[in-house]
Amino acid sequence: MNREQRTEDRGEKVLLSGNEAVAKSAIDAGCRFYAGYPITPQNELIGYMAKNMASSGGIFIQSESELSAINMVFGASASGVRAMTSSSSPGISLMQEGISYIAGAELPAVIVNIMRAGPGLGNIWPAQSDYFQAVKSGGHGDYHCIVLAPSSVQEAYALTFEAFVLADKYRIPVIILGDAMLGQMMEPLSVHSQEFIVHSKKLRTKSWAATGCKDRKPNVVKSFYLNLGDLEKFNLKLQRKYKNIQQKEQRYEELNINDARIILVAYGTMARLAKQAMVSLREKGLKVGLIRPINLWPFPQKIFQRLAISDKRLAFLVIEMSYGQMLEDVKLAVNGQQRVEFLGRSGGGIPTEEEIIKSSLSLLSS
Amino acid sequence: MKRIFGRTKSLRPLDTHYCSGCGHGVVHRLLAEAIDELNIRGITIGVTPVGCAVVAYDYWDFDCVESAHGRGLAVATAIKRLQPEKVVFTYQGDGDLAAIGTAETIHAANRGENLTVVFINNAVYGMTGGQMAPTTLIGQKSATSPLGRNEKTEGYPLRISELLAQLQGVYSVERTAVDSVYGILKTKNAIKTAFQNQMENKGFSLVEVLSACPTYWDMSAFESLDWIKNKMSKVFPLGRIK
Ligand SMILES: Cc1ncc(C[n+]2csc(CCOP(=O)(O)OP(=O)(O)O)c2C)c(N)n1
Repeated sequence: MNREQRTEDRGEKVLLSGNEAVAKSAIDAGCRFYAGYPITPQNELIGYMAKNMASSGGIFIQSESELSAINMVFGASASGVRAMTSSSSPGISLMQEGISYIAGAELPAVIVNIMRAGPGLGNIWPAQSDYFQAVKSGGHGDYHCIVLAPSSVQEAYALTFEAFVLADKYRIPVIILGDAMLGQMMEPLSVHSQEFIVHSKKLRTKSWAATGCKDRKPNVVKSFYLNLGDLEKFNLKLQRKYKNIQQKEQRYEELNINDARIILVAYGTMARLAKQAMVSLREKGLKVGLIRPINLWPFPQKIFQRLAISDKRLAFLVIEMSYGQMLEDVKLAVNGQQRVEFLGRSGGGIPTEEEIIKSSLSLLSS
Repeated sequence: MKRIFGRTKSLRPLDTHYCSGCGHGVVHRLLAEAIDELNIRGITIGVTPVGCAVVAYDYWDFDCVESAHGRGLAVATAIKRLQPEKVVFTYQGDGDLAAIGTAETIHAANRGENLTVVFINNAVYGMTGGQMAPTTLIGQKSATSPLGRNEKTEGYPLRISELLAQLQGVYSVERTAVDSVYGILKTKNAIKTAFQNQMENKGFSLVEVLSACPTYWDMSAFESLDWIKNKMSKVFPLGRIK
């Protein structure tokens, strides 16, 4: 189901935090430019990059702001190099103009948001309240980013690696959407062995990059289309690209959905708690399943659409560390054909296993 | 017949969109000439601003990257760090470099990035319709200072070149004006030197060019040149600052 999981090799086992696993994965994927500005709870990521980027032959810059960081990533990507930045919610808000420019110039880039609770300065506890911003695109214009939501340190490593492949393949910004829990927790994981590690010099050169016009016609990297009609034409091209991605890149994990009467829907670390609740409910003999979206954009609509039209009466219970953001995408996919309920907390509060069980039981009895 | 003068290769044979009397077109040509005289067209990467000069890449015939408003020096920093053997420059207006992009400007300079900056000071925001810029003179009328800039509420013309010259990371800063044949030749020399500095790894070099905007100064082209000479260069003195 997940391409990266299939390519799992016999690489060494290491113990890393989610933040460090993302950073290591980026370097293993051939990322040779990182710019960032410190913010909790992703400081281990920028710290890892500071320590390891130079020795990997890449460039590390602590920028003066997130505004600068995302625009440095723009320049790095325009140079044809795999590039990444990372931050947490307030910093990602600052980057939105830059992300829109990256989408508009069709540059590949990876942006990591280790979410904390908002709005405003909020606090540094885990949250999933930047879903709208990531998935609906927080900057201006009709664009999308691919959004990947790892739920474990192992998956953070796998999906970051994959993010660089997708970014290059589609020339699109890819967001890794994790939360403070994922960033901070340490788990053992297996990392790619030498033969799977990407050597940046061996990556295909990008014919569109700004590298000097010595042996070819000049290249221009831009997102400006002044003449009436030109931008519409370009936007339609973008839309065709997004359609194609929506067809090909819907990924999710499903557990026990065939006989289920209630399907829990959660992503990221929240899905691990939901899974725990599902196991407890199954032990009680209750027919509960789980869908865990791995791609948040494109949203894995197909599985929900299929379940929505089944003859069986089903209920979806969407669980989030927000007040109902992914909920809207589930409702859109289910399109009123089955019941969709919600359980969520935000501001640092996390729906507990007990709360999930209680909500599921009351759904089953209603 | 021996050809003694012509359009330089790095400048495409096109009419520009600039108003008559605008300095941008002149400086575009000077930049292109400097690049061709140094024979660096094939290794040059220009970073264009958001401002009247956003489509400079349509006129120049070498690789360019368009930056968001004010972020030119962040974009250029990454390009140069990853391609140190190339020649990278930014071309920025006063709103771009000295208002919205002040942080990027100061920090790229302070890091001593080995870049060349061509800074067009026309004392207004041209592209958006002649609003007040950080470099607008006291008393100068603009779309957003209709009674003239008042230092009590709008502050003073920002001499960002002098400010940058204070930074240890900065190698050279020079101010010129494209207000006369002499000024134009001087500007070209300054730009060429700023490129040479980069090629010799000397570090951050900036050339500020006082440049006319007759449209938003509400003057004829000739009056504009006089205004640079008699008014603007009194506030922004010409010459080598560092
Ligand atoms: C984030 C953002 N804010 C505002 C604008 C609108 N805008 C475009 S150009 C410009 C000012 C340009 O002035 P300057 O840098 O002095 O260049 P000039 O046009 O005078 O050459 C402004 C405010 C924008 N494009 N992006």
